[in-house]
Amino acid sequence: MSVAPSEIERPEISEEHVEVPEPDVPWVTVVHNDPVNLMSYVTYVFQAYFGYSKEKAKKLMLDVHHKGRAIVSSGSREEMERDVQAMHSYGLWATLQQDR
Amino acid sequence: MAGHFEPTGDGGAAIALDEVEISILRSLAVQLLELIGPGTGPEPAPTGTTDSGEDLPGGLEDVAWPPFDDGPTEPPADPALARLFPDAYGPGPGAEPEDPAAAEEARAASAEFRRYTENDLRARKREDGLAVVRALDSLTPGEQGAVLTLTADDARQWLGALNDLRLAIGTRLEVTDEDDGSELYSLPDSDPRKPMVMAYLWLGGLQETLIETLLP
Repeated sequence: MSVAPSEIERPEISEEHVEVPEPDVPWVTVVHNDPVNLMSYVTYVFQAYFGYSKEKAKKLMLDVHHKGRAIVSSGSREEMERDVQAMHSYGLWATLQQDR
Repeated sequence: MAGHFEPTGDGGAAIALDEVEISILRSLAVQLLELIGPGTGPEPAPTGTTDSGEDLPGGLEDVAWPPFDDGPTEPPADPALARLFPDAYGPGPGAEPEDPAAAEEARAASAEFRRYTENDLRARKREDGLAVVRALDSLTPGEQGAVLTLTADDARQWLGALNDLRLAIGTRLEVTDEDDGSELYSLPDSDPRKPMVMAYLWLGGLQETLIETLLP
């Protein structure tokens, strides 16, 4: 499985990172569940926009589906505003927040 | 209406559509464009004006042509539009309300974000809807209908427009969650919502098969 460049630039969000946020990456993009978007479409968006592997994209999609929301990226506030805008352009319901 | 997209082998997708399907799709895409609206984007800036500087007061060469107009700061009142252009800050749908200070902070940040992004977002969604209408208008259906062939770029625009359409219709139908569809999906023929539910399900099938052609 190849690793897309965006994954190198964006540190992967593991549970450990969520528990202990890096001081310089205090913002996260959250995607919320909604009743209309197709599961296949949400997976496609995570692959197409973030360059995530199919496995990772599907896991995030299932987190959104079952838990109601999932953190899909982290970084500076400006980067997260860009990601949220992109999610909105795909029609996903996304917000950004400080990861505290 | 059992048509579905198939991959063309070069990243694009193709689908056979009959005249009725073309007409319904076009009508829905036009309604989406009407919902999104004409936009409040800038007039194209004339070229050369700032180079000469003669038409502008001194010192204002760099600021006299703002690159974009400010967008709105309030969420759209129409629920379907509000779903297409959601707030960027806040607890999200169905979440517990925040405390008043946090809610006010989120409201202000959402307004600022909306001011700088909503016009671009509207323009993009409008372009996607227009691409659908243009592609349908390029078809000349015969007895057997017509085959619509999309390039990879076309397919991405179609995917966006199909999703926006389903979001708008789903909001109108008040689809609440995946398990709550039983009532909507077994409406009697006399129910006024029936045609829209049929369109919603058909669009879902189109979108699903289009995604399959785009995934490696």
